[in-house]
Amino acid sequence: MQDSPKDLLRFATVGSVDDGKSTLIGRLLYETSSVLRDQIEALETASKKLNRGTLDLSLITDGLRAEREQGITIDVAYRYFTTEKRRYIIADTPGHEQYTRNMVTGASTANLIILLIDAKLGIQTQSKRHAFISSLLGIPNVIVAINKMDLVDYSEQRYKELCDEYRAFCARLQLNSLQFIPISALVGDNIVNRGDNMPWYDGPTVHETLESIYVGGDVNLVDLRLPVQMVLRPDSTFRGYAGQIASGVIRKGESVTVLPGDRTSKVKALVTFEGEVDYAFAPQPITVVLEDELDISRGDVLVHSGNRPKVIREGQAILVWMSEEPLRTNHPYFVKIGANTVRGVIPEVVFRFDPNQLHRESTETLGLNEIGRIRLETFKPLVCDEFTKNRQTGSFVLIDPTTFATVAAGMIIDRGQGRQLLSGDEAAEPVSKNIVATSGRISQADRERLLGQRAVTIWLTGLSGSGKSTVAYAIEQELAGAGHLAYVIDGDNVRHGLNRDLGFSPNDRKENIRRVAEVASLLNGAGVIVISSFISPYEEDRQSAGKIIGDGFMEVFVDAPIDVCESRDPKGLYKKARAGEIGEFTGISAPYEAPSKPDLHLRTDQMTPEESAQKILEFLREGGKLH
Amino acid sequence: MEDYRLTHLQALEAESIHILREVAAEFGNPVMLYSVGKDSSVLVRLAQKAFAPGPIPFPLLHVDTSYKFPEMYALRDQLCKDLNINLKVERNEKSIADGANPFDLGTWECCAQLKTGALVGALAEGEHDAAIGGARRDEERSRAKERVYSFRDDHGQWDPKSQRPEIWNLYNGKLRPGESIRVFPISNWTELDVWNYIDAEDIPIVPLYFAAEREVVVQGDRIIPVTPNTDKQPEGEIQRVMCRYRTLGCMPCTGAIRSEATTVREIINEMLMFNESERAGRVIDYDTDGSMEQKKQDGYF
Ligand SMILES: Nc1nc2c(ncn2[C@@H]2O[C@H](COP(=O)(O)OP(=O)(O)O)[C@@H](O)[C@H]2O)c(=O)[nH]1
Repeated sequence: MQDSPKDLLRFATVGSVDDGKSTLIGRLLYETSSVLRDQIEALETASKKLNRGTLDLSLITDGLRAEREQGITIDVAYRYFTTEKRRYIIADTPGHEQYTRNMVTGASTANLIILLIDAKLGIQTQSKRHAFISSLLGIPNVIVAINKMDLVDYSEQRYKELCDEYRAFCARLQLNSLQFIPISALVGDNIVNRGDNMPWYDGPTVHETLESIYVGGDVNLVDLRLPVQMVLRPDSTFRGYAGQIASGVIRKGESVTVLPGDRTSKVKALVTFEGEVDYAFAPQPITVVLEDELDISRGDVLVHSGNRPKVIREGQAILVWMSEEPLRTNHPYFVKIGANTVRGVIPEVVFRFDPNQLHRESTETLGLNEIGRIRLETFKPLVCDEFTKNRQTGSFVLIDPTTFATVAAGMIIDRGQGRQLLSGDEAAEPVSKNIVATSGRISQADRERLLGQRAVTIWLTGLSGSGKSTVAYAIEQELAGAGHLAYVIDGDNVRHGLNRDLGFSPNDRKENIRRVAEVASLLNGAGVIVISSFISPYEEDRQSAGKIIGDGFMEVFVDAPIDVCESRDPKGLYKKARAGEIGEFTGISAPYEAPSKPDLHLRTDQMTPEESAQKILEFLREGGKLH
Repeated sequence: MEDYRLTHLQALEAESIHILREVAAEFGNPVMLYSVGKDSSVLVRLAQKAFAPGPIPFPLLHVDTSYKFPEMYALRDQLCKDLNINLKVERNEKSIADGANPFDLGTWECCAQLKTGALVGALAEGEHDAAIGGARRDEERSRAKERVYSFRDDHGQWDPKSQRPEIWNLYNGKLRPGESIRVFPISNWTELDVWNYIDAEDIPIVPLYFAAEREVVVQGDRIIPVTPNTDKQPEGEIQRVMCRYRTLGCMPCTGAIRSEATTVREIINEMLMFNESERAGRVIDYDTDGSMEQKKQDGYF
């Protein structure tokens, strides 16, 4: 049934003019049966009028008549489609000279970006700018679609060259996940259907990626920030603070602090149209009633006392300038952040980014579509977070006080961030004098309360191929889906970095496990649920790990007979070990000491990884370690 | 165990409520346009939710062309009574007295007088700085680029080139004297979302949305209702046909579709199979390609 509950995924398509954005979207809509019959008829008429021979799918997304006649799209257009699993909102952002402004607008709310590159033309200046802006905006997922593969004879080599070149460029940016897909929007290869033209490509299609990408983690459920939009006072008995939770979870009965001004009270009730609720979370709208009469007005922010945003009158930000009128230093602007609008000035433009070379340039001002770093001073305190920590409370717009135009989009940054954004960029500005420091000691218990979870370490031990990693990631996903912060530590993320100096001798294995246990302990201290996935063959080492980690340690034996593991051989290691290419291989040329008293014993040859994961979660629940 | 996931309908609802509260907080004299249709009905429910336990803090405005279906007037009056809503009705009495009708004037001119003219007049007269409407971007191609806050100059006109960028969920509601905005809180909803929401929330709607045998004139694939409000009638023989309406406008200009769906669930099921866009049955779109855009530039919603 198509009207079953779905989750919402917002994505933006970006690329230069004629890279094929409109064709791609048209193709996606067309092949997911999202184009209605009469629209197809209208399309045929329009295609004929414009003398385009075949059905021109790009016309599906072209809106205004004037643009249609000029053959370009001039603004951000929104499109919608639905599949079995998801409801999609597409922001189609055009690639002509206004692209920066439009891309920032369209991408600002996106969970994902599809960035198009023309396989024939290769990587253009604009392709680099698009990656840079995606990185600035903290877009969690980026798909790089190499389009028009039909024009390069579907050459795998050409595709690989482009991937390598682009990946090398993007390495200097903060892009979380980059995924490449070779497509032809015109022909329809690897969009929804795979097609026969690129048998060498066995990765997911665009549609498969959209359907499967995990977006639940895009919502910050850790830091409670509730900007008050308005005070509801229907009569003298009721006073409620209405707002949309920007991040975090708020619960009835807990104490909250109101910023600025630092006043504290308890949540007496959480009110909705349907009645009172015990908790509410981002991005839900809610109305909060407090125990005490506080003077709270629009723009104030409710937070947990132990987890505070910045309250500043002076700070630094990245600005994307969107107006024809250039930035004026020391000119009063309105700063709109959350539900708060205050006056402020920009005393100085620190530098401008050259988005092509990723250099910084000195400048006095910013013009249309330019991006730079500025100092900001406001006449009243701003309650905010760094944008990289909180997209909701770290973003603002600047409004011109005379024309009332929206002239810039801004992102609050911290002193060190210039360096993170651009490697090799030695930023060393002084910290803002007026930042109110977060004070007080916060314990593991406080953090656990903030996160709404108990920090435990699920220690998976077992042979290579027994299914540890699969189970580990299945648990992580389950937990994340339920709003829990969990983290998998496995060989892949420590052997290459932290432990790259270690080999596989008994001593090195011992040290490897010790370090992993220390990291798990630190993460537990930070409130995070850890799932560690290591062979950890020696009983003694596991016992010391248990001592380092303490109460939260839970040993799980992931057990499958060696012949089963060997037949699975996911990384081809057994084969190499048998061939003598790998020495000291557990189960073949090194011993595995099965746990004598594991907290849980899972036979992965007798159940699926999901079942194993469920068993572990049940065990935690029964032990009161998970609610 | 606490669950922190939202379905797409809940996510859309959250976005719309946020917008409604922003408007109530930032504008001096907002008004909600109420057409009695399904989108308006959803909008009213969202406004109830946004301001609960308080009342909806702005009036509703119904632009009455005098050609609305009797069932629409009935639901309107019932709803306003039940929810204690402050309703304003606006009619262009002069044109109505002159007998304005789409058969003599053409759809466009009739709309310009009875609808657009009345609306622009009412907003000016009421000094409303924000008018909230239930338009959705999926309704028509030219709406795909519409902002949530859509700016109108002091003649109520819309210029596609001078719209403000909307970044994150930060809406710029600053206005100069004479300017106003139209606000579309359900911009991101589709027709299917609206029906699913009506179903989930059990929202009362005009019975015309449900299939019944009705007196109509069939012209090609258009099914046009017979109007009691005027002597003029669409040309053709009057027949009884099992049909329902997908959108509700004025009787002479609203096409019905053949259907057997008598419940919201059945409508949803029909939609899932049905492959035609919403305004296809609405005669007004047949004027010229791009006609909606033209109407919008003139101040039509
Ligand atoms: N050969 C080929 N042409 C394509 C492909 N995708 C798009 N085009 C063509 O490139 C031109 C620009 O496409 P369009 O979708 O309008 O690009 P936009 O400006 O990014 O929206 C049109 O003539 C398309 O038919 C493709 O995969 N292969």
